[in-house]
Amino acid sequence: MPGGNPGIPEAQAGNNIWSRRDIASLAGWGAILTCFAIAGGAIVRLLFPRVLFEPPTSFKAGYPNEYTIGDVSEKWMKSQRVWIVRQPNGIYALLGICTHLGCTPRWLGPENKFKCPCHGSGYTKDGINFEGPTPRPLERVKVALADDGQIVVDKAFRYRYELGQWDDPAAFVKFTGA
Amino acid sequence: MADSSPTPKKASIFDVLTNNYVWRSIFRHGYQDTPRNRVLQVSSNVWLHLHPSKMRRHGIRYRHTWCAGGLTFLLYLCTVVTGVVLMFYYRPTGEYAYWDVKYLDFDVPFGMIMRNMHRWSAHGMVIFIWLHMFRVFMTGSYKPPREFNWVVGVNLLTLTLLLSFTGYLLPWDQLAIWAVTVGTNMARATPLLGNEGPFGPQLGMTPRYDARSLLTAGTVVGSATLLRFYVLHCIFIPIIASILMILHFWRIRKDGGISGPL
Repeated sequence: MPGGNPGIPEAQAGNNIWSRRDIASLAGWGAILTCFAIAGGAIVRLLFPRVLFEPPTSFKAGYPNEYTIGDVSEKWMKSQRVWIVRQPNGIYALLGICTHLGCTPRWLGPENKFKCPCHGSGYTKDGINFEGPTPRPLERVKVALADDGQIVVDKAFRYRYELGQWDDPAAFVKFTGA
Repeated sequence: MADSSPTPKKASIFDVLTNNYVWRSIFRHGYQDTPRNRVLQVSSNVWLHLHPSKMRRHGIRYRHTWCAGGLTFLLYLCTVVTGVVLMFYYRPTGEYAYWDVKYLDFDVPFGMIMRNMHRWSAHGMVIFIWLHMFRVFMTGSYKPPREFNWVVGVNLLTLTLLLSFTGYLLPWDQLAIWAVTVGTNMARATPLLGNEGPFGPQLGMTPRYDARSLLTAGTVVGSATLLRFYVLHCIFIPIIASILMILHFWRIRKDGGISGPL
């Protein structure tokens, strides 16, 4: 037993596996290490705050007929980091965060693709990755129509193509009007 | 015999300065140039005692050591001094950080040279660490009984790179924010502790609670990240690095002295 008392013969110590001194020693060190473990756990937990002071994730993006069919709208890119894309049958919103390492890709209209300036990842207009180091497509975010008819985008809800989430009704707003 | 009797010398400023109670209470062993006294001068001084009181002749030859480790330490001291100076003006919040750096660069007297010295010393530190490692490797100075000190040195290298990384964010310009965005996103792939790393999701890591959000203090690189990096850069990492440096220098001496065969 480490920290034992080699000077005391077995018989004298009562033939116990652990002497009283051993138990006191273990209890003492155990108490100290428990204190450190609790303090360490508290410090680690402290570094993950419950409330984050970050900009709201949701915004209203105007009326669906403000967008042109086939266009990638950069109207909200600078303020919200979201592209609104209108197709003949509806509207989806792509999040402007490269799925490689988080830079902001650019929409290159003439080349019909999104291109990240950091490491060259490229995505089609749908958001599917086709070049560069990125492992997966861009993420789409929640879109819906509000009661007043405007598009509501919420970046807190994200939909990933490779998980089949682009088919989720919340990832797409049906709109065929003018 | 009158000629040979010592004539009383006039006390110089040097004598006045050193021949008094206060000076002698601080520096106990005067300037007597005997081997014993030279050892005492070193071993009784808290700063010098980390070094050997005697060393081999070739240990001070630049050709052998390049003094690369010593120069690394000198550059570290430069970053400490200039860094503390910069802290008098720099406020680590998203609102002020960028403008405080501009203020330092364009208005504060000597602000620009302090900032640039800090920057170049940091770059130099990284360069000299590589040279130091290269030299230690080529002279075989990592071999037992110095193997533990090599491990300490590798940890110091890592801490130096972390100091560079955390300092990179502090100017709070576009380069800083995107570089750290990329850097912290890599932490997503940390084994066990990242939400996209091996076994991370199985262990309950999420984008909100994982190695990356520990660094960024949120979901994006924002003001909270800046404060966190500032504390890491100015307090946490320098303290750990200083402790390891003391250990590193002490072990050089304990493991057989600088650059000698054992």
